[in-house]
Amino acid sequence: MKGYLVLENGRVFPGRLLNDCRMAGGEVVFSTAMISYQDIITDPSYYGQIVVMTYPLVGNVGFNEKSFASRSAMVKGLILREATDFPSHYEMETDLITFLNKSEIPVLTEVDTRALTRELRNNGTMGGIITDNLSSMDRLIQKSKKEARDLSGDVVRFVTRKNIMSFGQGEKRIVMIDLGTKRGVVDSLTGRGCQLIVVPASTTASEIMELKPDGVFLSDGPGDPQALKYVVDACRTLLGKVPIFAIGLGHQILALSMGAKTSRLRYGHRGTNHPVKDLKNGRVYITTQNHGFAIDEESLADNGWEVTLRSLNDDSVEGIRHLEYPAFSVQFDPEGFSGYSETGFFLDDFVKML
Amino acid sequence: MPLNKDLKKVLVIGSGPIIIGQAAEFDYAGTQACRAIKEEGIRVILLNSNPATIMTDVDIADAVYMEPITIDSVVKIIDKEKPDGIIANLGGQIGLNMALALDKAGILEEKGVPVLGMPLDAIYRAEDREMFKDTMQEMNEPIPESAIVHSVQEAIDFANQIGYPLIVRPAYTLGGTGGGNCTDEEELHNIVNRGLKSSPIHQALIERSVAGYKEIEFEVMRDSNDNCITICSMENLDPVGIHTGDSIVAAPAQTLTDEEYQMLRSASIKIIRVLKIAGGCNIQFALDPFSKKYYVIEVNPRVSRSSALASKATGYPIARVTTKIAIGYTLDEIPNTVTGTTTACFEPAIDYVVLKVPRWPFDKFVLGDRKLGTQMKATGEVMAIDRSFEAAFLKSIRSLEIGLNGLLLPELQEASDEGLRTRLQYADDERIFIIAEAFTRGFTIDEIWDITQIDKYFLKKLKNIIDFALTLKDKTLDGETLTAAKKMGFSDSEIADLKDIREEDVRRLRREKGIIPTYKQVDTCAAEFDAQTPYFYSCYEQENEATHDPNVRKVLVIGSGPIRIGQGVEFDYCSVHAVWALRDAGIKAIIVNNNPETVSTDFDTSDRLYFEPLVFEDVMNILEEENPEGVIVQFGGQTAINLAGPLCRAGIKILGTSNESIDRAEDRERFDAMVADLGIPRPPGKSVYSVEDAVKAAEIIGYPVLVRPSYVLGGRAMEIVDNIDELKQYMQTAARVNKEHPVLVDKYLMGKEIEVDAVCDGQEVLIPGIMQHIERAGVHSGDSTAVFPAHDICQEIRDKVVDYTTRLALELDVRGLINIQFVEHENELYVLEVNPRSSRTIPFISKTTGIPMVKLATEIMFGKTLRDMGYQGGLYPEMGFYAVKVPVFSFNKLHQVDINLGPEMKSTGEVMGIDYSLQSAIYKGLLAAGVEIPEQGNIVATIAERDKPEAIPLLVEFARMGFKITATEGTAKALHEQGIEVETVKKIKEGSPNIVDLIREGRVDFIVNTLTHGKKPYSDGFQIRRAAVELNVPCLTSLDTLKVVMQGFQTGSRIGSENGQIRPLQEYLAGMIN
Repeated sequence: MKGYLVLENGRVFPGRLLNDCRMAGGEVVFSTAMISYQDIITDPSYYGQIVVMTYPLVGNVGFNEKSFASRSAMVKGLILREATDFPSHYEMETDLITFLNKSEIPVLTEVDTRALTRELRNNGTMGGIITDNLSSMDRLIQKSKKEARDLSGDVVRFVTRKNIMSFGQGEKRIVMIDLGTKRGVVDSLTGRGCQLIVVPASTTASEIMELKPDGVFLSDGPGDPQALKYVVDACRTLLGKVPIFAIGLGHQILALSMGAKTSRLRYGHRGTNHPVKDLKNGRVYITTQNHGFAIDEESLADNGWEVTLRSLNDDSVEGIRHLEYPAFSVQFDPEGFSGYSETGFFLDDFVKML
Repeated sequence: MPLNKDLKKVLVIGSGPIIIGQAAEFDYAGTQACRAIKEEGIRVILLNSNPATIMTDVDIADAVYMEPITIDSVVKIIDKEKPDGIIANLGGQIGLNMALALDKAGILEEKGVPVLGMPLDAIYRAEDREMFKDTMQEMNEPIPESAIVHSVQEAIDFANQIGYPLIVRPAYTLGGTGGGNCTDEEELHNIVNRGLKSSPIHQALIERSVAGYKEIEFEVMRDSNDNCITICSMENLDPVGIHTGDSIVAAPAQTLTDEEYQMLRSASIKIIRVLKIAGGCNIQFALDPFSKKYYVIEVNPRVSRSSALASKATGYPIARVTTKIAIGYTLDEIPNTVTGTTTACFEPAIDYVVLKVPRWPFDKFVLGDRKLGTQMKATGEVMAIDRSFEAAFLKSIRSLEIGLNGLLLPELQEASDEGLRTRLQYADDERIFIIAEAFTRGFTIDEIWDITQIDKYFLKKLKNIIDFALTLKDKTLDGETLTAAKKMGFSDSEIADLKDIREEDVRRLRREKGIIPTYKQVDTCAAEFDAQTPYFYSCYEQENEATHDPNVRKVLVIGSGPIRIGQGVEFDYCSVHAVWALRDAGIKAIIVNNNPETVSTDFDTSDRLYFEPLVFEDVMNILEEENPEGVIVQFGGQTAINLAGPLCRAGIKILGTSNESIDRAEDRERFDAMVADLGIPRPPGKSVYSVEDAVKAAEIIGYPVLVRPSYVLGGRAMEIVDNIDELKQYMQTAARVNKEHPVLVDKYLMGKEIEVDAVCDGQEVLIPGIMQHIERAGVHSGDSTAVFPAHDICQEIRDKVVDYTTRLALELDVRGLINIQFVEHENELYVLEVNPRSSRTIPFISKTTGIPMVKLATEIMFGKTLRDMGYQGGLYPEMGFYAVKVPVFSFNKLHQVDINLGPEMKSTGEVMGIDYSLQSAIYKGLLAAGVEIPEQGNIVATIAERDKPEAIPLLVEFARMGFKITATEGTAKALHEQGIEVETVKKIKEGSPNIVDLIREGRVDFIVNTLTHGKKPYSDGFQIRRAAVELNVPCLTSLDTLKVVMQGFQTGSRIGSENGQIRPLQEYLAGMIN
């Protein structure tokens, strides 16, 4: 059936609604990743977002649970040029449409996703509504504005775990503050011979210290770090007491905990091809990123941080290290899904600090 | 690390002639390389023997040595120019092999010249099978079980250990020459025997066949700071077993999970790190479709055909960046010229699908073995871009120019289901159409997968196209259906066929409903950044990104499509020069082409590039989008000329020579009338429409006659026939080739063939020079050795050539280029053919005279005269040196193809030899073409009876030069009578050991074989010639060629000798001006 994406600026992109879900709202963002759609759909960092895939053919290898970043779908909607009608892969358990139907997430296909991407690039990330009915445009525009506003609050509370869980065995114990982490990150730490205790985002510093951690890990996750004052506070207390490594959203929290500031990027960094330069040796790493906020570099200067990594595309801060305390962070996921990554050494460095 | 400041002068090694496995991609790569160095203020010295390229233009490199790519040439160049380094990884396999040869000969060390960029060690480890195997094992990267063998017995021993199927890959060969799949000992024996012969080091790899695995390629790049990026992944639709050059390839890979993609990407990066490659590299993997098991099949430490594809598919200039790395830069220091704001250190993201489809030469070689395997057979390829797989696929089929507007090949309708299955089993060049036909008959995806192992994802895409076509037949063409058809990629012409209406009706209907294409940009970043590239493709989407400045003058240049026999890189050369001339004149140049290997499809060649099929619909859509002041058709070969009529009728202005003039030259009757009016002789001839008419005509004209269909391309289906039986046989086959057009029967006049290219402004005709063919008329001009300036014609004929050319050009009101072929027969000059367009020899003539022919032609289209540009009519003065154009063939790639020369063109490329002495120029040309006739050795001669008077004195001469002659009985007797000592050898039918056995035993250094007319495959001569090709023994079938070979060898100066001279083109041209 015919469907539409209505953006908060009033622009409408027609398409076809592929499954039974008729309406959903969220922040509309685009990802340039060409293959990792299973990861993106189930990545908590995309919570609340309607994701536009710039690569036109999506779903070619179907879905299988072992490729998931978390237990379920996290996006609010998916906008595609084409959803594959005949996926083919020996590991496939289900197909894209069936999976998203079950997850009650609408898929709008046959959209000129390149035109939509250009719109977002030129005018910035904004709210949007997927709908099958355009009869009251004003209401749709109002609603899409509200969707964007809703996401500016604390969204980590929707994706963080509710209980404390222990993973893996090892001499070193890491406590991970779960801001919406991915399965791959958990595996990459346990895979380095550590015991990992994952705690809800609302866990206080003293509760964490009671777990006697050798190190604390702030995970990645969705949304605006400034809405997470309780995590920032916990982090500030922990700083200096225990080695800290943070990634993604955690990296922004770490900066906020020592007085730095963050702000929204116009259209974010989302894709698997982001070059990041290591200022120490001039090496460039290709990284996977999905963030809409970044640290303001000027705000770091007087707060004891040094910038260690920088985006080669827009010079934004991609890594920091505290000059005094054992704390550092990167804006990207240092460990790719399948185990190999040339930035995995950041995790090694962290484990060595413990 | 920034630019290496020690570099003042760099030697770039080019790739030589176009052959199967090494096509125009190295002109694109070499040109980017030279420019990337030159813009740094470093002097570029170039060695390349291929005149048809942009790369060998005098303004691309500071010194262009058009010499054979041999150690002797390189040594002389090093001594003369004293370069600070050599770049070898942009000249294909030829370049790499040369780097290794120089190293092994100790020359690099002796002269103190380093190879830049790619470490020699990396080349050795990637190229030498044994070292490759060790290297992969050291780093734990899996490769199929294999053994290096130097003899057939070793191969059989290994097979007994691990079993069949096996693949044979000879070391250091192009496009897998001499290799193949084998399933039993007999096949193994034959293939290994052949493979060892074609390997310059007599070594082959025997490995476990992983046929049926997915074939995945990665283009990766590394710099001296160990930064690594992957440019693009590519997936061959045809699984492992078919050479990647003969496979349909999709970019990016479509059927990998993220895990598999990361696994192979990681392996690629690990490999280039261990090999310490600097620059671009191609890595091929075989991936089990049912597990995570994979093998590394091949590592190419250089730019390649695949890297050209990856470059055009993503917009990332791989050759340019590779070169910048070679001269010192790191990736993050090189700007991304596409976005203008980011750097070259990133991985392109694409938001479309790219397909590459090979173009095979079996339209020319109807008797050739069409089976596909590990030996590449395609001469060229097309690339198509769209937002859906189906649409990209259909575009690529249109781009092939094989007379199809979709996937349905009419001939296949007659095949039985079983016949289809059999042909699918042994994949051939028509495989994809057989699959399409099978789907129309209701074959299931599983059934076809079972036979072909082509991933079901791809099969479903093909099925979608067929299903849509089948349902379209019963649907009304309303807006919705039409939109769906266009989004699926159906051409107006196929829709028209399916609905049994005319293409123009579909077009009108579509336009009435506002269903017109949108154009999207190729930007390396999936729209994440605002890009500056003027590189577009069509699709049927919501937003059109092509914007236009109404105040700018603009012109569309039509390119020449895929490289095929008869239409090679030379037409790309012309298209590129037309674009440059337009830009120089302040006119915005738009180009449309679909060949990913070429300079014309580099995004910075033109002001705007459309990557589209060169058929009426797609070109017309662009014209309607752009609304330029006109279109240029004279530089894109027959492809562009064929569009002149339809475009003209659609109201488009054809710039330069009018469509009317083109038709006057191409339409036989109109042409005859014109030359008759002008009083210019031509061989008597007649157009006929039936066998009876042909027989009658031939009797009147007298045998031998030259027969051919009208509207020819590259001499297709042209033949010289000696008698009525041959004529009848020909008429039956040729009539099938083309029923709409009559067949021409002309008197075949034996004599000297003379060729000119000229440029005309409507008032005067400038003839840069006269070329004379070494081979007598009857051998296609593209296969002839051409000497410039003509060395053996008298003043009277010379005057006539000038007079006829001038009058023909003026009569046709040519505005631009014209090419005319003449024959001198019994002191009379006859005109054979007039082409009012750019010819194959334009680059050759432009380079050897310094006259920018294409530029002059282009400016003339906009009203300039020759005098305005400092030239005048008439024959340009000769310059005191000789340039010889020598054809190059790819027969060793094509089984069952006869190598004899005739009116059908067979060569794939050409080289040039240049020197002040004719003999030296010929010698250099032959050497560059790979005709390596030893100074001493054994010549085997089989001469047809009527050629003996001419042949015997030549053979006597060779015998006096010290060659040992072996001949079949008749020839031996004739030689014996001349007092020459000859060994007699048996003919094949006389039993063993016979002449073919002699060749196979490696006892022959050089073969002379002349043939009787008529095509009799599997005759003695055919077997002798094939044996020669397969065992890499030079074989001459033309006595004219034999004669110049002899002269060249008698008196031509060897490059390596004291008096052997090499000079850059610039020096020859400067001498001319003085």
